[in-house]
Amino acid sequence: MINSLRKNIKGIVIEGITLFSAILIVTIVVVMLTVIFIGGKDQLSWEFLTSFPTDGMTKGGIFPALYGTALLVIIMSIAAVPFGTITAIYLTEYAKENSIIAKTIRFAVRTLAVIPSIIYGLFGLGFFIKFVGTHIDGAFFGGELKWGQPNLLWASLTMALLTLPVVIVSVEEALKTVPQELRAASLALGATKWQTIWKVVLPGSLSGIMTGTILAVSRGAGEVAPILFTGAAYYLATLPGLGDQFMVLGYHIYVLTTQSANVDQTLPIQFGTTCVLLLLTFTLNMSAVILRYRIRKKKNS
Amino acid sequence: MILEKIHTENMYLYYSGKMALKDISIQIPEKKVTAFIGPSGCGKSTFLRSLNRMNDLIDGVKIEGKVMIDAINIYDKNIDVVNLRKKVGMVFQKSNPFAKSIYENIAYGPKINGINNKNQLDEIVETALKNAAIWDEVKDRLGDSALGLSGGQQQRLCIARTLAVNPEIVLMDEPASALDPLSTAKIEELIVQLKEKYTIVIVTHNMQQAARISDNTAFFYLGELIEYDKTKKIFTNPERKQTEDYITGRFG
Repeated sequence: MINSLRKNIKGIVIEGITLFSAILIVTIVVVMLTVIFIGGKDQLSWEFLTSFPTDGMTKGGIFPALYGTALLVIIMSIAAVPFGTITAIYLTEYAKENSIIAKTIRFAVRTLAVIPSIIYGLFGLGFFIKFVGTHIDGAFFGGELKWGQPNLLWASLTMALLTLPVVIVSVEEALKTVPQELRAASLALGATKWQTIWKVVLPGSLSGIMTGTILAVSRGAGEVAPILFTGAAYYLATLPGLGDQFMVLGYHIYVLTTQSANVDQTLPIQFGTTCVLLLLTFTLNMSAVILRYRIRKKKNS
Repeated sequence: MILEKIHTENMYLYYSGKMALKDISIQIPEKKVTAFIGPSGCGKSTFLRSLNRMNDLIDGVKIEGKVMIDAINIYDKNIDVVNLRKKVGMVFQKSNPFAKSIYENIAYGPKINGINNKNQLDEIVETALKNAAIWDEVKDRLGDSALGLSGGQQQRLCIARTLAVNPEIVLMDEPASALDPLSTAKIEELIVQLKEKYTIVIVTHNMQQAARISDNTAFFYLGELIEYDKTKKIFTNPERKQTEDYITGRFG
């Protein structure tokens, strides 16, 4: 009797603890989003999105940061998506499942995925800027400092490296959803392996490749560490080109909260910028989730 | 000795070192229907797939002996597998149309062979669909997705797709096993028509089907070719006890 009562109490306590943890998580999310949204909602306006910061960044908008973020993720995607897709094609279509090469590549991809993002930043600084950039300057510009310094291009390429594992894994997953029978059908018709990949496998996994791209973009849009050393700027009065430093949403938040002359005055803009960044990554992630869901549904039907 | 269209001699197939086909020697005549029967796992499909080297796609498959088509060993080093598969087409157990339109499914093979002239493609598509006895059912919706067709129609579409590359031999791996009786009847009727132009080799687990449509029948058991003869002989007066046991339903 007492024994069973004890068991009951124990069960209730355990359930209570687990439930409490679960609720705590939900609470954290709700509080975080509410605070950010309430703080930022008055800022969100067309004006805010399309104008430059003014009055020592205490007023005005975030247009250059938005513009820089957009360029960053576009150039990053142009570099990471084809490269990642080609790697994924090798892994799923060419490499033998348990060959040493395939295992090595998979190990490398997993390792890339767990490297802290600040290390990517250091790598970008050392490799793209100090090595590649400086050599370009030496070879084509008589040593004049042009590419051997932080800029949009090097930051985008650094970010591309960071997002590469995401792209590779998503594309691999997408390629695997194309039924083996379709590859067989194509090959049995006398198609070469490449024709099969190009005309059957890739079209069949296009939406998966899109998902990978979106996930990569959303990861890239939120990261700050890799671009700290490779191109992010505190403030710029003009819009950047490939060879210029640039403003970016994530770094802009950091600048506003820590480096600004008057942090209290920039508070509304901090909230606004955070809101925009969150909305951006949420939207991207949601569209990736929806795309993925549609692929799964298609696959199962 | 006159060599038939397909001819194997002391052919062995190993799957990761394990013997899956043992000493297969067979002569398959041109423009006839040859059926492979036998219980599941007896090697009949494996043997079929080695006739257009689809087994190449599986890791660890090794083949010994001769597999000759038109007196050429298709496992010779200088054989172009891509060309071989154009000559030896294949229809699979599960219909596997591409997620493309009906027209594009048929035009796929000709297109990868470099035919891009619209009129020529139209003609090939029409002929192939007619030969596969599905033209009347799809002629008004060639632009629709092939995935919208019924199972039986999809399988005939896959046959048409195979015919569009103009093969000499068509291998069929249980092409009607997933279909209802009516669709099966249509496929069987089609196979009999096709032998006017093509050499047909069909794997089937359905003995009545083999009896109905084939000229010759080969009985496989445990990776060996037990008996091979005229279909009529196999089904009325088989030489071997194992064959008789199988066709009378005593095992399998």
